[in-house]
Amino acid sequence: MKIRTLKRHGAEAFKSLGRNGWMTFASISAVTVTLLLVGVFLTVLLNLNNLAHHIENDVEIRAYIDRTAKQDNVDQLRAQIEQIPKVKEVTFLTKEEGLKQLIKDLGDQGKAFSSLEKENPLRDAYIIKTKRPQDTVIVAKEVEKLNYVKNVNYGKGTVEKLFKVTKVSRNIGMVLILGLIFTAMFLIANTIKLTIISRRREIEIMKLVGATNGFIRWPFFIEGFALGVFGAVIPVLVIVFGYQFVYDSVSPKLATMFIKLIPTYPLVLELSLLLILIGGVIGVWGSLTSVRKFLKV
Amino acid sequence: MIEMIDVWKTYPNGVMALNGIDVYIDKGEFVYVVGPSGAGKSTFVKCMYREEKPTKGTIMINGTNLSKIKERQIPKLRRKIGVVFQDFKLLPKLTVYENVAFALEVIEESPKAIRQRVMEVLDLVHLKNKARFFPDELSGGEQQRVSIARSIVNTPPVVIADEPTGNLDPETAWGIMDIFQEINSRGTTVVMATHNKEIVNTFKKRVIAIEGGRIVRDEQKGDYGYED
Repeated sequence: MKIRTLKRHGAEAFKSLGRNGWMTFASISAVTVTLLLVGVFLTVLLNLNNLAHHIENDVEIRAYIDRTAKQDNVDQLRAQIEQIPKVKEVTFLTKEEGLKQLIKDLGDQGKAFSSLEKENPLRDAYIIKTKRPQDTVIVAKEVEKLNYVKNVNYGKGTVEKLFKVTKVSRNIGMVLILGLIFTAMFLIANTIKLTIISRRREIEIMKLVGATNGFIRWPFFIEGFALGVFGAVIPVLVIVFGYQFVYDSVSPKLATMFIKLIPTYPLVLELSLLLILIGGVIGVWGSLTSVRKFLKV
Repeated sequence: MIEMIDVWKTYPNGVMALNGIDVYIDKGEFVYVVGPSGAGKSTFVKCMYREEKPTKGTIMINGTNLSKIKERQIPKLRRKIGVVFQDFKLLPKLTVYENVAFALEVIEESPKAIRQRVMEVLDLVHLKNKARFFPDELSGGEQQRVSIARSIVNTPPVVIADEPTGNLDPETAWGIMDIFQEINSRGTTVVMATHNKEIVNTFKKRVIAIEGGRIVRDEQKGDYGYED
């Protein structure tokens, strides 16, 4: 194909978008509405996922050390814990610091414990973080077996439930987003199909005048792509400015609840690119599959 | 130029449209194809530009055997045959100019050559001043002239017309015939299926009459021969 023919196809595609005004409008609207849904839903889902991730990462194991242990034994224990492959980091927490943390965490009620500072009932402890939060339980059980470990605390029961909840909610989110994208594909492709079916006669005529299938297909290819990309414009603007606005106004309030939103950049840029890509691909797919039906003349 | 040898066509619904057609049309001839409705005229011409594929038999156009060409080569065949339809078959969203230019764009002609050639044929069909109009802004006769311009713009050796005056009033039909005469006088073979008795009896040419899917009459400077 000659370059000037490609130019001709491009010009033809945009001319047709203009001359099929209402159909173009209908297609672009369908793309806009569905991509808007996909975009907003995706943003919410990513933030929930991020939140779950943060909660999971807060999970840690506390291994309390036997009071009879000497300094040698304590150092040896650290080495043993660090040898477990799934362990990311180990930090030492003295009983004094532990008590301070406890008092602080309990707030007003904690003051009742301040009298205990002279006779600290706590033990020194190692705080263990695992590489994957989900390994907490396994690691905790291994640490428990080591010498000089009095007991292990990782929020037994609660942690298992937490991981179950985050896993289920991730799966539900995944299914919903896939369903939504599938619906979007169907809706957009169908709208584009309608615009092309209204032009099936044109395709037949082109064939009778001696146009090859490729020659007919090219402008439709470009048209479908343009429809998808134009349809992504409003969703992209809504995501970029909307998220910025929400982030700026809501995140200070959420910060007091230890909830962090994903920063605006690069999140909105990645989402925009994804939306444009979905729009373009679905547009091309929708137009090419519908043209194919009418090419057999 | 055009040769059919023992051509048969049976449609999937069982209608036997052509039952053993043998015909030879020479270069530069002007041929009317006449006959009652449903006799097979349309199928006869449609087989020539491969809108229909014969069930049996051989069709040679410009030395190409139509039964031997592949699906992919059909566009190339159609570029060597100009076709004029009863319902014009113009692209509704394209202007007169663009409709005619389309036939040259498919052969990837240069824009300069396209412009020159399109204006030339629009001049021939007296539509130079309506180049920017859309088909629905034209009368039936004008639309048919656009269709003719498109069929000859890439100078095919053969022009096939399937009832080109069928949708037009008699006055307009004469104008269309003048253009076909002009095209034929420049050496292009013209095959025209028609119902128009006056035209056939006035512009005397070779007449092929088809009835029941067979050629029942083939005479030079013949008459229409039917009373309708």
